Amino acid sequence: MSAPGITDSVPVRTLRQLGSVLLFLLQILRQCVPALAQPRLIVAQIYNSGARSVIIVMLCGFFIGMVLGLQGFDLLQRFGSEDAVGIVAALGLLKELGPVVTALLFAGRAGTALTSEIGLMRVTDQLTAMEMMAVDPMRYVVAPRFLGGLIAVPLLVAIFDMVGLFGAQLVGVHMMGVDAGSFWSQTQGAVAFHDVIEGIIKSVVFGAACSLIAVYEGYNVDPTAEGVALATTRTVVASSVLTLLFDYTLTAIFLKS
Amino acid sequence: MRSNRALEIGTGLFVLLGFASLFFLTTQLPGSRLAILNKEDTYQVTAKFDNIGDLKDGAPVSLAGVRIGRVASIGFDQNDFKAVVTMAIDRRYDHIPDDSDASIQTQGLLGGKLIGIGPGGSETYLKNGSQIDFTQSAIVLENLVNKFFANFSNKGSSSGGDAGAAAPATPPAAGPAPADHSHTKEKP
Repeated sequence: MSAPGITDSVPVRTLRQLGSVLLFLLQILRQCVPALAQPRLIVAQIYNSGARSVIIVMLCGFFIGMVLGLQGFDLLQRFGSEDAVGIVAALGLLKELGPVVTALLFAGRAGTALTSEIGLMRVTDQLTAMEMMAVDPMRYVVAPRFLGGLIAVPLLVAIFDMVGLFGAQLVGVHMMGVDAGSFWSQTQGAVAFHDVIEGIIKSVVFGAACSLIAVYEGYNVDPTAEGVALATTRTVVASSVLTLLFDYTLTAIFLKS
Repeated sequence: MRSNRALEIGTGLFVLLGFASLFFLTTQLPGSRLAILNKEDTYQVTAKFDNIGDLKDGAPVSLAGVRIGRVASIGFDQNDFKAVVTMAIDRRYDHIPDDSDASIQTQGLLGGKLIGIGPGGSETYLKNGSQIDFTQSAIVLENLVNKFFANFSNKGSSSGGDAGAAAPATPPAAGPAPADHSHTKEKP
């Protein structure tokens, strides 16, 4: 979407990209309130990007929880405190693995779908046709998808954490023989309310970042078949990198405060 | 219209599941009064300590190395300047003599603190609200180390600061250390 005849150097191009993403975000935010007037559109997007990702999120959460249970048990056994396996699993899931892995799954499962859907609308000139009919595509196509992702990701993270805890409990209590009472009471003693809040804040940030990248890449796609393919790839790469980057930053901020 | 219905039901289920999980994570996981899960069947016993070290809420209470309860809360008595520790002990263990003693011990060398109960010989047992009178404070490791080194350097200087005299100075220095240990134990 660059102006013809002008070729920017790499740093300038990066800067422009960053600026255009931020401007795009502002445009979406301006359309968010009017978009709420069509809740059906948002519900449809929550279904597409949220409800249809539940199975994969549950499956991954379950296995990650079980792995945490096994590894935590193996490590803690050496110090004779295998009761604390619940703490390891709960804090690991709540603070790091839940938000990050769910965001990565979301980028792969729903982000790519969003990008290729909007990208194909661009390629087949549906977005232009909407503009011709004085229907703002930002308001009717982009904003509901962004909001849908923003709402879906925190809920997916909560489901992921729950199922993961269940998996860790299954391994720790039923396979390894940790006492169920001390598993839960140790966990309840060690997990503070702000740990849960940190996880929720992270999931909201990751949800916003992944949704934004997905709709931006779709909306500004190079209108060819190859362009859609490249945009989809870029969505996954950029979402993953951004998620991990934000994760580090947020963790550093939370640990300082 | 049919697909619309499926969509709405699916979304509703997803949102319901998500919020149920969020509710569970925020209310049940952090130990709080809202917790329904793992509602423990316990009775409360208090004990006063001169110094609890870094004992924390939720620390285990054990008897003969078996975990029988946990520290429910830690308070402070302004009248005699002692820490008041409330322990929640499992109802299953209701035959603990009421003249038992409570001491603050360390899990491993550098682990967290726990309360160890040493059983007494009384025929009456601890019940809800009773107090353990015989307590022994936490042994602060830094104080012990400080005393040990203070003794060590005193001995070292009195026996002449020669390099050759340093080797025979070690066995006497090891002598006072256990004696010192018992001193701190007798104080409370």
